[in-house]
Parts: sequence; structure tokens; C-alpha cells
Amino acid sequence: MKFGIIVFPGSNCDIDCYYALKIELNQEVEYIWHDTENIDDFDCIILPGGFSYGDYLRCGAAAANTRIMESVKEHAQKGKLVIGICNGFQVLTEVGLLPGALIRNRNLKFICDTSVVKIENIDSPFTNQLKKGEIINLPIAHGEGNYVADEDTLKKLKENEQILFTYQGNPNGSILDIAGICNEKRNVLGMMPHPERACEALLGNIDGKAIFESIIVFLQGGESK
Amino acid sequence: MKAKVYVTLKKSIADPQGTAIKGMLNKIGFSRVEDVRIGKLIELDLGNVEKENAEAQLTEMCEKLLANTVIEEYRFELEK
Repeated sequence: MKFGIIVFPGSNCDIDCYYALKIELNQEVEYIWHDTENIDDFDCIILPGGFSYGDYLRCGAAAANTRIMESVKEHAQKGKLVIGICNGFQVLTEVGLLPGALIRNRNLKFICDTSVVKIENIDSPFTNQLKKGEIINLPIAHGEGNYVADEDTLKKLKENEQILFTYQGNPNGSILDIAGICNEKRNVLGMMPHPERACEALLGNIDGKAIFESIIVFLQGGESK
Repeated sequence: MKAKVYVTLKKSIADPQGTAIKGMLNKIGFSRVEDVRIGKLIELDLGNVEKENAEAQLTEMCEKLLANTVIEEYRFELEK
């Protein structure tokens, strides 16, 4: 089982992801530079947070047009796992692996805070070690986390139970309080909160660990809780 | 050939930045302003291309990169 963290120029949560997986969860993990083409060796690809390509034009727009994202699309089409956290979520919506878009926060401010997140659905590779309705705390740090989608998309997200995480006390104006969604096939996750920043007890919060543990259980072919 | 591409948020998408600027304009004496929407203007030099080719290229550029058609609309103007 191998995790790969894609590093774009401007990614800045890549090291946090690496630390969480390697040190806290004892997993095999490698950085993947953004001009790499072959990512066949990896079971789970992580698109980390940050400001890829300076967030020029739109957050994630430049990263979405890189060669490696073609490989990530193929990886996802094979049913393998992809997670986009924060800027990674923005990249996944820009390439169309997830529906909707992330626009400027309602209050126009960059929000760096702890968000209160409710687990809406546990039937996914990313949430199977959590409880439905469970409340966890996860850090957020974004200026464009305000999720929008048209009515049809929202209807589908609800019907297929693709909304995995919602905010309690919506910080950014996201429609339906959405903090994280998966695709219809349930192998691609996008979320604005940072689980990788909540895995080390010394930093005061390990609520994010259960998300990575869910992925590990899923990849090991294990049962959900 | 030179071109200008205008990218704006769709009507259905809230524009918090526009709303804030509208509030400011109202406050500094332009009380009649009812709505402000903020978009982007992108100026390009396309080099030596025919008009039809330029239009086709611009459409592709907008669809692929310059606009996110989930939330934005685009239009462009060609200048000789």
C-alpha cells in the first residue's frame, strides 16, 4: 500500500501530509513532483493544500492543466483513491473529478481557524472509521472555500450521499454547509478542512487521523466499524 | 491580432466582492448604485492569426483555462 503526495510549485501542506502518513500512521509514502507522468505504483494520491502556481487566475486552475493531472484522472477512472485537501479540493473541481466549484469566502477573508465538522456519511473509503453524526474538530485555512454548485448537482450529491462532511457554524458560506464531498463512484474525496494537520497529539488535536485510518482499512480490504 | 477576454461570474453565483464594493460606493456618495459585479479582463496578443482561427483558439482557451464554466461566463473581442 503506497501513498503519493503530489507537489506543485506552491504546495505547502505536502510535508504535513507526509508526516501524518509516515510518522503518525507508519505508511509507505512518497512525494511526487508535478512533472511526473507515471503514478501507477500508488494506491492513493493526495493533492495537498497550498497555493499551487500562486493561485493565479483561479485557485487550482493552473494545476488542473498539468500533465500529472491527466495521470490522476486515469488513476481515478481505474477506481483508485484520490484525495484533495483544501487547494487539492479546488484542483479536483477544476479538472472536473468533483462537481461544483469553490469561490471566495462569504466574508471575503482568509479564514485560519478550527472548524467543527459533522460526519454525514460513513459509507466511503474516507469515513468508514468514523460514526455517522460524529462531530470532530479540524483546522481550516482558506480564502476560497465557499462551495457552490447548481441545483441539479446538489440534488445528486444529496441523493447519492456524496456529502461526507458538513460544517457546524458555517465559516465560509458554503452551500448546504458543505465541507467535503466525494464523487459518485466514492473513490475521489475533496475537503476544505485539513485532517493532516490534526494527526499529531503534540499539536493538540488528532481528530484527522480517523480519515487516514479509514483509507488504510479500505486499502487493506478491511471491514468498516 | 490582439484580443480582450472578459470573464464574469454567472448571475446565479453570489459575488461577495461585488457586494462589498457596492456597499462602499453607496457609502461614499453613490447611493443609487444597486448592484456591482466584479470580473476579469484578460488582454492577449495572439500573434499573426486569421480572425476565424483566433476565435476558435480563444474559445478553446476560455473553455480549458481562462474561465471555469461551472461558475463563470466569458466573452471576447478581437482588435486588429
